[in-house]
Amino acid sequence: MKLPISKPGTSVENKTGDWRTFKPDIEVAKCIKCGTCQRFCPEGCMGDEGKVPIVNFDYCKGCGICANECPVKCIKMIPEK
Amino acid sequence: MKKTIEGSEAMAETVQNCNPDVVACFPITPSTHIAEDLDHIYSNGGIRDFIPVESELSAISALIGASATGGRSFSTTSSQGLALMHEALFNAAGMRLSPVMVVANRALSAPLNIWNDHQDSVSERDSGWLQLFCETNQEACDAIPQAFKIAESIAIPVMVCVDGFYLTHAVEQVDVPDKELIAKYLPKFSPKVKLDSQNPITMGAYAFPSDYQDFRKDLFDDLNNSKADIMRAHDEWAKLTGRKYGNGLFEGYRLEDAEFVFLGMGSVMGNAKEAVDRMRAKGEKVGALKLRSFRPFPGEELAKAIAGKKVAVFEKAISLGGDAPIYTELTTAALEFHPNVVISSFIGGLGGKDVTVEVVVQVLQKIKGQEPLKEWV
Repeated sequence: MKLPISKPGTSVENKTGDWRTFKPDIEVAKCIKCGTCQRFCPEGCMGDEGKVPIVNFDYCKGCGICANECPVKCIKMIPEK
Repeated sequence: MKKTIEGSEAMAETVQNCNPDVVACFPITPSTHIAEDLDHIYSNGGIRDFIPVESELSAISALIGASATGGRSFSTTSSQGLALMHEALFNAAGMRLSPVMVVANRALSAPLNIWNDHQDSVSERDSGWLQLFCETNQEACDAIPQAFKIAESIAIPVMVCVDGFYLTHAVEQVDVPDKELIAKYLPKFSPKVKLDSQNPITMGAYAFPSDYQDFRKDLFDDLNNSKADIMRAHDEWAKLTGRKYGNGLFEGYRLEDAEFVFLGMGSVMGNAKEAVDRMRAKGEKVGALKLRSFRPFPGEELAKAIAGKKVAVFEKAISLGGDAPIYTELTTAALEFHPNVVISSFIGGLGGKDVTVEVVVQVLQKIKGQEPLKEWV
């Protein structure tokens, strides 16, 4: 018998990054460190404002909002391998 | 104890004697008396908890919650009520919970009809619940403790299907199994996992495409393998009470040397046995086969039992746009295991249409030709 159960927990225990089919690819040289992507990211997983974004792929779901909002278009969504 | 009692009351007393933790019911004809009697028993302190829920969807949801915490849970419903439970029936089975439900079988709307046929249960055949159909109120009272035992030991919910009015409202002599007897038979419910604040788990959580199908296949296999559990539960009960119904999956009546067989489910089999007796008295080689376990469908075993015979499959349910459900499955099983049979499909008794002894005799006369038939009677 295969029981469909899991351990409950917050996102500290349950990683959600494996939902992703696209992931953000950042062209660091073009980034103006404006913080737009970090403010818009619904997962809050793009690092600190005022710095070049560092994506935490344990939680990034690949929604693409960062790429859409970036004023200098330095974020591309590329297929997850 | 033997008493002259209404079927619904006998079933309610049997449920009480199974010592349930939670009973949750919403009244719907013809299951209402069972729910009323259980509420009455609860009011007199006879059962631990009765939740008078606001709908059948709430009833089955309460059962899911109760069963998930390790409680023995029971409900009863009919027709539209069972249809309203539809999505949660799949949840109860998929989460591997163990509620038991008596379905007082009734036609589905429209047109509105409160009388008996099997469309409500049969329409839920793919939900993952076991379905045991009963011919008499005695059989229903015997099936309820068995249902709890099976459901709780293999973590698959069970429906005990009884014909609305024909059984639920019939007053007849029933040996209602008492508390002491059931205590000897039915162990305490102790599920492998349950909701427990000291050891929290999530039940029925999200399964990705990589896992979902594995869970479905596991349940699929367990349902097919449950035939052995049904027979074991039936045999143990038979040892204790002396009452048995064939092998627990189906029951043959004067079947051995029969050339023509009437196969059906539920209360109609009483008339079928009478019809067989009358025809046998005239020297005709006829028999009857009562299907008790519709889910799981004992295809291989049935095919063996009817090998070399001509069979009339009589059904009180249809599959609109296709053939009748038991006919379809029996034909498939026969093709696979014992193809030397002629199987005919008869649909009748829908919405309480009377199926008399004479109707059964006519059906058995009709299948004497070479060609299989598909008819409505």
